[in-house]
Amino acid sequence: MKDIVSVDHLRVEFATDSGPVVGVEDVSFTIAPGETVCVVGESGSGKSVTSLSLMRLVEFGGGTIAAGALRFRREDGTELDVAAASPAVMGEVRGNEIGMIFQEPMTALNPVFTIERQLTDGLMLHKGLSQAQASARALELLKSVRIPEPERRLKQYPHELSGGMRQRVVIAMAMACEPKLLIADEPTTALDVTIQAEILALINRLKRENGMAVLFITHDMAVVAQMADRVVVMYRGKIVETGTVEQIFTAPKEDYTKALLAAVPKLGEMKGKPAPERMRLIGDEATPPRPAKTRKPEVLLEVKHLTTRFPVKGGILRRTTAQVHAVEDISFTLNVGETLALVGESGCGKSSCGRSILRLVKPTSGEVWIGGRDIGALNPHDLRRARADMQMVFQDPFASLNPYRRLKDQVAEPIVNFGLASGAELKARVEQLFDRVHLPRTFMNRFPHELSGGQRQRVAIARALAVNPKLIVADEAVSALDVSVQAQVLNLMMELQEDLGLSYLFISHDMAVVERIAHQVGVMYLGRIVEIGPRAAIFDNPTHSYTRQLLSAVPIADPAKRRFAEDLAFKPIKSPIFPLGHQPAPSVYTEVAPGHFVLKD
Amino acid sequence: MRRFKTTKGLIGIVLLTIIALVAILGPMILPPDAATKMDMLARRSPPTWNHLLGTDQLGRDMLYRVILGARTSLEIAVSAVLMSIVLGLPLGLVSGYFGGWIDNVLMRLVDTLLAFPALLLALTISAVLGPNVQNTIIAIGIAFTPYLARIIRGEALKVAQMPYVEAARASGTTDGMIMLRHVLPNILPAVIVQATISLAFAILAEAGLSFLGLGTQPPAASWGLMIQASRDQLDVAPWTALVPGAAVALTVLGLNMFGDVLRDILDPKSK
Repeated sequence: MKDIVSVDHLRVEFATDSGPVVGVEDVSFTIAPGETVCVVGESGSGKSVTSLSLMRLVEFGGGTIAAGALRFRREDGTELDVAAASPAVMGEVRGNEIGMIFQEPMTALNPVFTIERQLTDGLMLHKGLSQAQASARALELLKSVRIPEPERRLKQYPHELSGGMRQRVVIAMAMACEPKLLIADEPTTALDVTIQAEILALINRLKRENGMAVLFITHDMAVVAQMADRVVVMYRGKIVETGTVEQIFTAPKEDYTKALLAAVPKLGEMKGKPAPERMRLIGDEATPPRPAKTRKPEVLLEVKHLTTRFPVKGGILRRTTAQVHAVEDISFTLNVGETLALVGESGCGKSSCGRSILRLVKPTSGEVWIGGRDIGALNPHDLRRARADMQMVFQDPFASLNPYRRLKDQVAEPIVNFGLASGAELKARVEQLFDRVHLPRTFMNRFPHELSGGQRQRVAIARALAVNPKLIVADEAVSALDVSVQAQVLNLMMELQEDLGLSYLFISHDMAVVERIAHQVGVMYLGRIVEIGPRAAIFDNPTHSYTRQLLSAVPIADPAKRRFAEDLAFKPIKSPIFPLGHQPAPSVYTEVAPGHFVLKD
Repeated sequence: MRRFKTTKGLIGIVLLTIIALVAILGPMILPPDAATKMDMLARRSPPTWNHLLGTDQLGRDMLYRVILGARTSLEIAVSAVLMSIVLGLPLGLVSGYFGGWIDNVLMRLVDTLLAFPALLLALTISAVLGPNVQNTIIAIGIAFTPYLARIIRGEALKVAQMPYVEAARASGTTDGMIMLRHVLPNILPAVIVQATISLAFAILAEAGLSFLGLGTQPPAASWGLMIQASRDQLDVAPWTALVPGAAVALTVLGLNMFGDVLRDILDPKSK
């Protein structure tokens, strides 16, 4: 056997109160030395269960390996069946011959130990190194994952490091004993796109230098296209299709793979198209994508010099010691029936901007005009009335619906609030809203937990539509959804825009999604819009250095366009916290093309 | 799991029904002096056929006393806990939902009350108002309010930060309606759990007040009074403590089981 891992008819069951539930069934694949195998699938497909089984960690989650073999070729050349190995043997293998990287770098490190301690523990245990030798090796490891100032980092605690640096430490820990197999379970899902690009490039380099095999678990087809040699597509605990990355992307055999690929927005595929366009989904040919109607430009929302700062409190007296400059002198306009996308990485102020416009947080200064009215100047009573014009759709469809209320009551709530309808008329309107978002009326009497994530997000959209608003702020509205569901919800949003003339302020971190849906794009960095303009101008002619950096970090769902071979080092994002009384310079823009503005640094 | 929960709920309901029936029917069936009649020949008698659960230091029948004490104890405990909910729920809800200076003012008030041990507070209130059943209820009710308010505030604070509360605000729902429709249902489970625990403490608080001469007045019976009376004869007549103790324990057990089931019934996920 040449393969380093061969999984043979794996079946994992979970004991529940209503009998055993099958986590994965009849899963077989192999990994050769130096090869990257990507297991891809949507939530609940069993991809994580598969990787945890290889480490025999699945038992700690209440699962049992019911059937099948997991053969792993050890360092000494002997073959080990992980499914039957004793706990003592697994203790030797875990972290030593198989390394693992977890999704959440915030929780994968123990907050009370220094970085040095976390790195040296495994080395002293598995390799029998002395404290001094282990420390020397730890320093070497930090250098190999390219952490700046490695000597200083050794003495620091996890909370002193940024998310990207923490994930580098986690990788250094996994690499500490030079494993032959590295399992990476969604290692970049919680990270920003530039940090993701750095981490992916780092994994690629380490794999190349050490001849290590990688099992890469992800839900993101674009990451698969960038990383994989071979791909295993999973759905509901079973393997749908296996093949080389080229086969899967250029000539998928199974319908599920085709549908999955069709649902992935690919950066660059909207090039040359004047208006947003619905995604072409498999099995949804009935509604062919049609370009949106062009309408006479008419301004709906005008934001002038919007600034929002949050106090940072410290000391015994909880005095304000500094301020987070979340939104800093932002101005833009949004036309009726159009979509303005605000993109940027976490902490850039895009969500605060949306919430300041809706007055869910009170802006420090600036004006927000909707339909000729200054929202900021309204008294609380008029503000509540004005809310009928501007509604919001939130990121997390699980948290944005009250678990204790029936869906019809939640959708009806805005209508009731403004006294627009009652009794039979109210019921009819709620029914129409459910039809509008393509949900069966039988769902009206259900509670949120009975629905899937995509269905819940449809309910949230129905609630936002209830009072016929003019503006909808969608804050990462599709980010928490599986890719096929994301495509459906995006199409729904575009359909509603065409039919009802809605304007969207679409807040997102996903450049490929933004390219699909937006008419105008604003790129945010440290609370400011650094570049704003028509979609084509931003994507075809990115002018600000940050926009370029962002675009170059986006993985593309096409294995022919690989981008992350060599180490990358993007400029880290600065802190938006400034001392009290700090007065930043106003935003000044240059117009590089009609309607395309770039911030002067 | 579901079957287990149902069984548990059934046991809880059966227990509570029996206790309630005993508390209500007991005084109707038994002769009025059953709890105070002394059998001087059988003082501190262990359980016998004459006295099924033994007698106390004055030869009073423990079975009759525990039956007749049920009404006093439960009446006081249930009323006091209800009162603490009526006071503490709005206090905690408003404090947790609005935060800011409202929270600061209300919670400093609550902290002031918390600085006194609950029993001492109840004692003071009871001493000021005078010893009778109604005043005992008021005293215990007020003394328990800060604990409940604290817990409700914490829960309300957590729920108030949920996106569905922000979503309601964004769609123009007034603060009052948000508290009523969104926050309250979501903190109810915590209230129920705290209420069932509080009931056990209320029974014991009543005992403490009675012991100091401020709660139930002897020779009337209450479980708390009986436990207090057994204090100096534990070595010679342990049943005098065990009988009322078991009554308290069974009541609390029944309430807990019932509380769990009630919480599940209110949770839409269990439907």
